[in-house]
Amino acid sequence: MFHLLWLIPAFPVAGFLILATLGKRMPRKMVPVFGVGSIGLSAVVAILIAINFLTSAPQGNSYTQVLWTWMDVGGFRPQIAFYLDALSLVMILVVTFVGFLIHFYSAEFMEEDEGYSRFFAFMNLFVASMCTLLLGANLLLLFLGWEGVGLCSYLLIGFWYRDPANGLAARKAFIVTRVGDTAMTLGIFLLFDKLGTLNIQELMHRALVQWPVGSTLPVLAGLLLLGGAVGKSAQLPLQTWLPDAMAGPTPTSALIHAATMVTAGVYLIARTHVLFSIAPQAQLAVAVVGAATLTMAGFAAITQEDIKRVLAYSTVSQIGYMFLALGVGAWSAAIFHFMTHAFFKALLFLGAGVIIESLHHEHSIFKMGGLRKEMPVAFWTFLAAGCSLAGLPLITAGFYSKGLIIWDAWSSTRGSTALWFFGVFGVLLTSLYTFRLIFLVFFGEMKTKIHKRPGFRMLMPCVVLGILSVVGGFVDTPAFLGNIHSFTDFLHLALPPVTEGPLRGMSELGSEGLVTVAFLVGLYVAYLFFIRKREYAEAITTPAIGKALHRFWYTDWGMDWLYERVFVRPIMWFARVDKSDFIDYIYSGMALITELFYHGVRKTETGRMRWYAAGIAAGSVIFLAIVLFL
Amino acid sequence: MASIPMQQGLLLAGILFSLGLVGLLVRRNVIFVLMSLEIMLNAAGLAFVVAGARWGQADGQIVFLFILTMAAAEVSVGLALVLRIYHRFKTLDSDAVSEMRG
Repeated sequence: MFHLLWLIPAFPVAGFLILATLGKRMPRKMVPVFGVGSIGLSAVVAILIAINFLTSAPQGNSYTQVLWTWMDVGGFRPQIAFYLDALSLVMILVVTFVGFLIHFYSAEFMEEDEGYSRFFAFMNLFVASMCTLLLGANLLLLFLGWEGVGLCSYLLIGFWYRDPANGLAARKAFIVTRVGDTAMTLGIFLLFDKLGTLNIQELMHRALVQWPVGSTLPVLAGLLLLGGAVGKSAQLPLQTWLPDAMAGPTPTSALIHAATMVTAGVYLIARTHVLFSIAPQAQLAVAVVGAATLTMAGFAAITQEDIKRVLAYSTVSQIGYMFLALGVGAWSAAIFHFMTHAFFKALLFLGAGVIIESLHHEHSIFKMGGLRKEMPVAFWTFLAAGCSLAGLPLITAGFYSKGLIIWDAWSSTRGSTALWFFGVFGVLLTSLYTFRLIFLVFFGEMKTKIHKRPGFRMLMPCVVLGILSVVGGFVDTPAFLGNIHSFTDFLHLALPPVTEGPLRGMSELGSEGLVTVAFLVGLYVAYLFFIRKREYAEAITTPAIGKALHRFWYTDWGMDWLYERVFVRPIMWFARVDKSDFIDYIYSGMALITELFYHGVRKTETGRMRWYAAGIAAGSVIFLAIVLFL
Repeated sequence: MASIPMQQGLLLAGILFSLGLVGLLVRRNVIFVLMSLEIMLNAAGLAFVVAGARWGQADGQIVFLFILTMAAAEVSVGLALVLRIYHRFKTLDSDAVSEMRG
C-alpha cells in the first residue's frame, strides 16, 4: 500500500499538465473534472495510506520510497525520495483533504471567469508543490516544493493580471519570501557543508552526534532555517506580503492560508526539530517571533476594514501561535493547531468568498450587515469557524488546540510566563477581532443588497469544514476534560513529546480557565462596541491619540511604511542614479558601432540592379585575384 | 579533323563572357540584360565544351546540357518578371525600378 505514496504528488502534477496543455481546448465542463478530480484522487490515496499506517505501521514508524537518483555529482547524490512518518502523514491528509474541498468550491466560484482552466492548472501545481515539500526526504526536494509553492502563490495572487495592483501584490509576495528563502538556502548550504548530506533523517542524526547542545553551528543553521520559515509563514519581520496577497481569487487565499504555503514554515521547523532542540537560542528565537507576531497581527486585525484583510492578519496571528508552540518544544501542539486552523481558516475564507460574491464584490465590512437571516448556511458555518478561531470553550476545535499551546507555553521547560501571557492576551485579541467581524457582517441592518446566492457546490465544502471546525478538536483534550491524547500520541511516533518542567503555580485547568476569561472579555468588548453601543467605537477613534493608534495598527504597525523608506526607496533611488554607469558604455558603445556600420552599408543599397551586377562581377574578380595571386 | 587549339576556344569563351558582362552592365533595358545573361551562360558552356574536348571526356558536353536547361528555366522566370515589371511600371528601364533601396 505504501508504494502508492508517489501518486499523491503525481495526480496534481498530471492535472496541472493536462490543464496547462489542453485546458483551453477542452469544453468548460471538463475543466473541473480534471482540476478537482486530481486532488480528489490524491486525497483518496492519502486516506488509504493513512488507514494502512494506522492498522499496520511500517517498520520504525516511517516509510521511505526512493524513486530515482536526481543527480550524482562528486559524492553529492540527492534522490527523488519520499519520506512518510506520522508528521508528514497528518500534514498530507490535511493538505489534500482541505485542498480538495477548496477545489470543489472553486469549481463554482470561478465558473464565470475566463481563466477557468488556467486557475485550476495553477491550483493543482500549488497542491503538487506542497505535497512534494511535505514528502521530500531530503532538503533539496523539500526546497523544490518550497520554491514551487512560492511560484504558484505568485501566479495565483497575480491571477487577475490586468489590474497592475494585483501584479504588484504578486511581486511583493515573491520578493519578500525570497528574502527568507535566501536565508534558508544559506542554511541548507551550511548543513551540507558541515554534515555532508541532505537527507533530513540522516542530517538530524549526524547533527545530534556531532554538534554539542548550544554550540554556534546548530544555532546558526537553526536561525537560517528560521529565516526561511519566517518568510514563507509570514511571520515578523517578513509578514507584510500576506495581507497584500488578498489580491488573488478568494479560493486561492483559502488555499494559501489554510492548507499550503504559510504552514510550510511550521512544517520545516517541526521536520528539523532535532536541530532546534540542540540549538536552544534558535528555538527561543522561534518562540519570541511567534509571540510577537501573534500579538502585533492581532492588533492589526482589529482595525482592518476589508473582510479578507481581517482574515489575513488573523492567519498571521494564528501561525504565530504555531511558532510559539514550536519555540517551546510543543511540536505536536503546533501540528494540532495547524490542523484545526486549516479547517476553520479555510472555511472563513470560503465563507468570505460566498459573502463577497453575493454582495457585488463588496469587501468592506462596514458596508455589510444583517446577513444572518438572509444567508443562514453562510452565517452558521462562518459562526462555527469564527468561534473555533476565537476558541469558544469546550465545543470548538480551536479551543483545544490553542489551549494546548498556551498550556505548553507555561509548563514546558522552554516555556515562560511572558510567552504564556502573550498567548492568553492573543486569545483576547482573537476573540475581539473575530466577533467584531461577525457582528458587523451578520448583525445590524442590511447595507448592501444580495444579488446572487451561492449554489450547492459552494455551500457543501463550507458545511463539511464547519463540522470539522467543531469536532476536529475532540481528538485531543486536556486532562480535566476526558484526557484524550490520540492525536498527540500518534504524532509522538515522529516528534518527541513536550518536556514538562516542574509544576509552578498554575494547573492546566487554571490556564484553560484564564483562556476562557480572555475569550469572554474579547467577546464582550466586541459585543459592546459593535452591537450595543456603536458610538463607543467612534468615541475611541475620534481623539487624536485614538486616531493615530488606529492608523498605526491599520497599517500593520507601519511596517510597510518603514520598508518602503528603508529598503524600497533607497534601492529605487540608487537604481535611478546608477541607470547609466560605466558598464553601460560597453553595451551602448556596441550599439553605437553597429548603428554607424549600418549607416555606411545602407548607402550601397541603391535599388539599382546594374550596380549589384557590377558589384558581383567586381567581387568575383577580386576574389579570384586573391586566390590566384596570393 | 584538325582540332582547334584549346587556347583559341577559351579565348573565344572569354571574349563572349566579357561582351555579355559589359552588355549586362551598360544596358538599361531589362530584355537586353536577359540577353546578355544568356551570352554569358553560353560563354561558360563553351568553356566547358572546349575543356571537355581537350581531355577527351564527355563531361564538358554533359555540363553544357545542364547549363542549357538551367538557362531555359532562368529565362522563363526572367521573362515572367519582365512582364510583371512592365505591367507595374509601364517601362523596361531597370534603373527606374529601384524602389527597394535602403
